[in-house]
Amino acid sequence: MGAQPRPVLSVFFPLRTLGVNVPRVVVDVVLKPEILDPQGQAIVGALGRLGIEGVTDVRQGKHFELEVDEGVGDDTLATLADTLLANPVIETFTIRRA
Amino acid sequence: MSLWHADPQLHDVDAVILPGGFSYGDYLRCGAIARFSPVMGSIIAAARDGLPVLGICNGFQILCESHLLPGALIRNDHRKFVCKEQSLRIESVDSPWTSQFSAGQEIVIPLKNGEGGFVADEHTLDELEGSGRVIARYLDGNPNGSYRDIAGIRNEAGNVVGLMPHPEHAVEALTGVGTDGLGFFLGLVGVPA
Repeated sequence: MGAQPRPVLSVFFPLRTLGVNVPRVVVDVVLKPEILDPQGQAIVGALGRLGIEGVTDVRQGKHFELEVDEGVGDDTLATLADTLLANPVIETFTIRRA
Repeated sequence: MSLWHADPQLHDVDAVILPGGFSYGDYLRCGAIARFSPVMGSIIAAARDGLPVLGICNGFQILCESHLLPGALIRNDHRKFVCKEQSLRIESVDSPWTSQFSAGQEIVIPLKNGEGGFVADEHTLDELEGSGRVIARYLDGNPNGSYRDIAGIRNEAGNVVGLMPHPEHAVEALTGVGTDGLGFFLGLVGVPA
C-alpha cells in the first residue's frame, strides 16, 4: 500500500486527535548549565510569592512533539534537533520516540 | 537597495546590513527561523566569500544563528527591555565596519533590546579576545548581562560584524544622540573620518 495523502484537516488538527495513529517524536531542549536562565529565575521568584518554599532553582526549557512519517530516521531527527529546534551553542537536547 | 527575505538574489550589492527589529515573530529563538530564509542562504555563502555583512541587534542574532559568528544572544539578565544611550569602547578596528574609528575610541549610540545578552563558552570568549575579534564593549555598567561586556564581535576575516547597539540611529544630529554611529558605515565607502 503506497503512502496516502494526509487529510487537509491535519493543518488544523494533529492527526492523532483525529484517531489516526501517527508515530510521535518528543524533543526536549534545555539550556546548558553554564548559561544563565533569566526566565527560570523569574519563576523561582514567583514561587516565593506564592508561598511555596523549598524550590531552589528552575531551568526553563522547550518541549516539542513531532508527528513524523514512518521513514524518518534517527539521523534526520538528530539533524533537525541540532540545526533548528536547539542552538547547540547554548542548549542541549534529547530525542525520544513516544 | 532593499533585499527581501523571500528573494535569494543579492542584486550585486557591495555589502549587506541585517537590521534590527524582529523576524518571523522571533519564535523558537531570535533569528533561528530567519536563518533559513531564502535570502540568508545567499548571504551566508557571500559572507564566506568576503562580502561585508553587518548585523545589528536582531541582525546580530541572525548572524549567530547562522554560525557566521560564534556565541548566541539570550534574554537580558535583568529580564527587562533596555532602551538607552549607551557608551561603548571600540576595541578592534581591523574590519571595514570599524576602520573609521581608532582603537580605544569611546562613542555613544542607542541600545534597545530585550534579548541582547551575548553568551559563549569560556574557550570561545578567550579566543575572541585573544584574536582581537571583540569590536566593541559596553562602558559604564553592563546593560544586558553580556559576558565580558561584549557589545559586538567580528569573524576571523573581519568582513562579518555583529553589533547589539544601533549605530544607524546615531548618524544625524537632528534625530539621534549624535553622529558617533556614522563611522560604522563610512569605512565601507572610503570616506575619511
